[in-house]
Amino acid sequence: MLGSDNMSWEKIEIRTLKDVPKEEYYVAGHRTCQGCGPALACRLIAKAAGPRTVCIVATGCMYVANSSYNTTPWAIPWMHAQLGGIGSAVAGAAAAFKAMMRKGKIKKEEIHVLGIAGDGGAADIGLSAISGAMLSGGDHLIITYDNESYANTGIQASSLTPWGAWTTFTPPGKMLRLGNVRVKKDLPRMIAAGHPNVRYVATASISFPFDLMTKVRKGLAVKGPAFIQIHTPCPKGWKFPPELTIRIGRLAVETGMWTLYEVEDGQFRLTFKPPKRKPVSEYLKLQGRFAHLREPDIRYIQEQVDAACKQLGID
Amino acid sequence: MVRVITTGTVAIATAVKHADVDVISAYPIRPYTGVMNELARMIADGELDAEFIVCDSEHTQFEIAKHAAACGARVFTGSAGIGWAYAHEAIVVTPTDRVPVVAMVGNRALDDPGNFGVEHTDVLVARDLGWMMCWPENPQEAYDLTLMGYKIAENPNVLLPYIVNCDGNFITHVRFPVDLPDEELAREFLPPTPPPRPNILHPDKPISIAPHVDYYWGTEIRRQMDQAMKNAIEVTKRVHEEFNKIFGRGGPPFIEEINTKDADVAMIGVGGMTMVARAAVRELRQKGINIGFVKLRRFRPFATEEIREALRKFKVVAVLDNDFSFGSAHCGGILFQEIRSALYDLSERPIVVNYLIGLGGREITVDAMKRIGKEIYEISKTKEVKHIVKWVDVRE
Repeated sequence: MLGSDNMSWEKIEIRTLKDVPKEEYYVAGHRTCQGCGPALACRLIAKAAGPRTVCIVATGCMYVANSSYNTTPWAIPWMHAQLGGIGSAVAGAAAAFKAMMRKGKIKKEEIHVLGIAGDGGAADIGLSAISGAMLSGGDHLIITYDNESYANTGIQASSLTPWGAWTTFTPPGKMLRLGNVRVKKDLPRMIAAGHPNVRYVATASISFPFDLMTKVRKGLAVKGPAFIQIHTPCPKGWKFPPELTIRIGRLAVETGMWTLYEVEDGQFRLTFKPPKRKPVSEYLKLQGRFAHLREPDIRYIQEQVDAACKQLGID
Repeated sequence: MVRVITTGTVAIATAVKHADVDVISAYPIRPYTGVMNELARMIADGELDAEFIVCDSEHTQFEIAKHAAACGARVFTGSAGIGWAYAHEAIVVTPTDRVPVVAMVGNRALDDPGNFGVEHTDVLVARDLGWMMCWPENPQEAYDLTLMGYKIAENPNVLLPYIVNCDGNFITHVRFPVDLPDEELAREFLPPTPPPRPNILHPDKPISIAPHVDYYWGTEIRRQMDQAMKNAIEVTKRVHEEFNKIFGRGGPPFIEEINTKDADVAMIGVGGMTMVARAAVRELRQKGINIGFVKLRRFRPFATEEIREALRKFKVVAVLDNDFSFGSAHCGGILFQEIRSALYDLSERPIVVNYLIGLGGREITVDAMKRIGKEIYEISKTKEVKHIVKWVDVRE
C-alpha cells in the first residue's frame, strides 16, 4: 500500500476541500504572468508536499520568473538545478540524505525530495538525466509542468509542443502553413514503459487540483523514483486571455487532448474519464496558437485524439 | 601506516575512503576511470559506506555531486579530457553555488582527433570559474592533496570546489611507492563530517540556494567568490602545516623548489613532468649549468606572492606548458601568461620564456628538458631571446 509508513500527512488522498491543508508553502513574491498555469501548479504541489520537503527546480519559467532573490515565493528549502539537470539534482539530493542517515551523520527521518522542470527541461535537454534518475532507484519525485513550449525564452517549440501549434520556432507562413509539425512526445508513457524501477507515474492537470495533489503525495510517499507530468496552460504562449486558464485546462481533459491517469507499480488506471468527450475544436478555438488551422487540420487532430482515447480506454 | 606500491587512481580512492565520502557519481572515461573502479570495489567489499551512482553522462555526474554536497554530504566525482568538457555547465555552477565538491581530473588531450595522451588544457578551460586546482607529482602527492582538498574546500571561509589533477597514464596508471596512513590518523586530520556551514538544504532550516538575481546582486556574488579564492591561500597554508605536523610530509603549499640553490636559471612546471625535470636538472648541474626546477603544486588559487618570491632570484625562467592557448599573447601557454604577468611589476625581473612541451601526449624526455636548460642558460649569458615561445619536439 502506497505511503502506509508515511507520517508527513494525515492521509494521502485528497477528495474534498476539507482534505486540503490550509498552509501554503508557495506564497506571494513570484513574478509570473497573470493566469500562469505553472505557478498554480507550484502552489498546489507545495501545498500537497508540505514542509518536510526539499524542492529543486530546473531553469525555466518557474526559475527565472518565479524564484527571484529576496522575493522568492518558496517557503520550503529550495535550490536551482541546471536546465537539463533535474534528474541528476534529485538523484544527488536523495542519495545524500540516504547515505547521511544510514551513516548516522544526520537524523533519520522522512525528507521528501522533489524536482520540478518544464517540458523542455524534462522532455528535451533533461531526458537522459531523468531516465538515469528513474533507473537509479533513488527516493524522489520529478514533476514536469508542461506548458508545451519554451515559454521563458519567448515561446519556442519543445518536444511537448502539440502538432499544429504556433511557436516562434514554428511560425505558420506562406510556405509552411501548419506551424509545428512534430507530434507531441508521450513522456509519461515513455518513462513508465522504459524504466522497470519506477514506482509511480502519473499525469495531472491544474484544473483538477484534488487529483493533482493526491498524485503529488502518492509520488512522494512511494519508496523509489516517481514521475508526474502536469498540464499547465500558458496564456502568453498559447495566446488566450488569462481568465481562461482553468477553463482551458479543463477543456483539454474533457476533449481528450490531455488525459488523467496513473501507473502504480506498472498498473495503468484512468483517474478521470470524461462522461461525454467534447470536440477538440472547443479546446483549440480558444487559443491563438491554433488560429491558423483550417477545418481539415482540426479534423486530423480530432482523429488522432479519438484514436489515442480509444487506446487508453477513455472511449 | 603502510607502504604500498600503487597507482595514482588507487591512491586517490584511498583518500576518498579515508574522507568517509557519502556520495560518489561515476561515468567512465580514460584515464581517470580507475579511481571509480577502485571505489566501486571498496563499496562492494564493505570497505566504504557510500552511495555510488552510475551516471548517464558527465553532466549528470557533476550535477549530482553539486546537489548532494548542497544537502551536506561529502562527495567525490571526476572525469578527464572531453568528459570534463561535457560536464561544463554543471562545472560552471558548482563554485557559484559554494559547495565543496572534490573531484579528480585525469588530464587528457581534448578531441578531435582522439588522443589518450596527457595535456592540461582540459582542466585549464575552467581556470577562471572558481575551482581550486592542484597537480600532484606522483601517487603519494595524489593521496595527500586529495585528503587536504576536503579540508580546504569545506573551510567555511572558502566553500569552493577542488580539483586534483593527475597526468593521464603517467600518474593515473603507473605504480609508485605510497605511504598510506591508518584510517584513524586520516580521520584525526579530516573528521568524517564536514564543519557546519549556512548553505545546506534541509527542511529544518528552509533557505533558497541560487534564486535568480540579475544585476541587483550579481556583482556582489562574484566579489564574494573572489574573496573566497583569496581566503583559500591562507587556508591552504594552514592545512599544509597541519598535514605536515600529523603525517610528517606534504611539503610546502604552493611551490617546491628543486635544486634552485645558487641557480642562475630555472624551469617551472606542474605535475608529473617534475620527475623528468629532477633528472634533467641533476645531469645539467653535473655539466656545470646552474639550473633548478620550480614545481608549481597549485594553480588555483594562484599564489602570486609566493611565485614572485620564488622566481625573482633567477636571470631566466622557462615556463613549461603542457597546455595551449591558441591566439593568446605571444601564442604562449596558459601557465606562461599568468607567471609572466605575476612578475611584471617587479623592479628587477627574470627574462621569461615559454616552452610548449608534451602536447598531444608526446613524451616529455630528459633530453628535451636538458636542451631547454642549455638554451635558457645561454640566454642568461647573452641576454638574447630568439623565441619567446617555442614548441618542443614538433615536426614543422
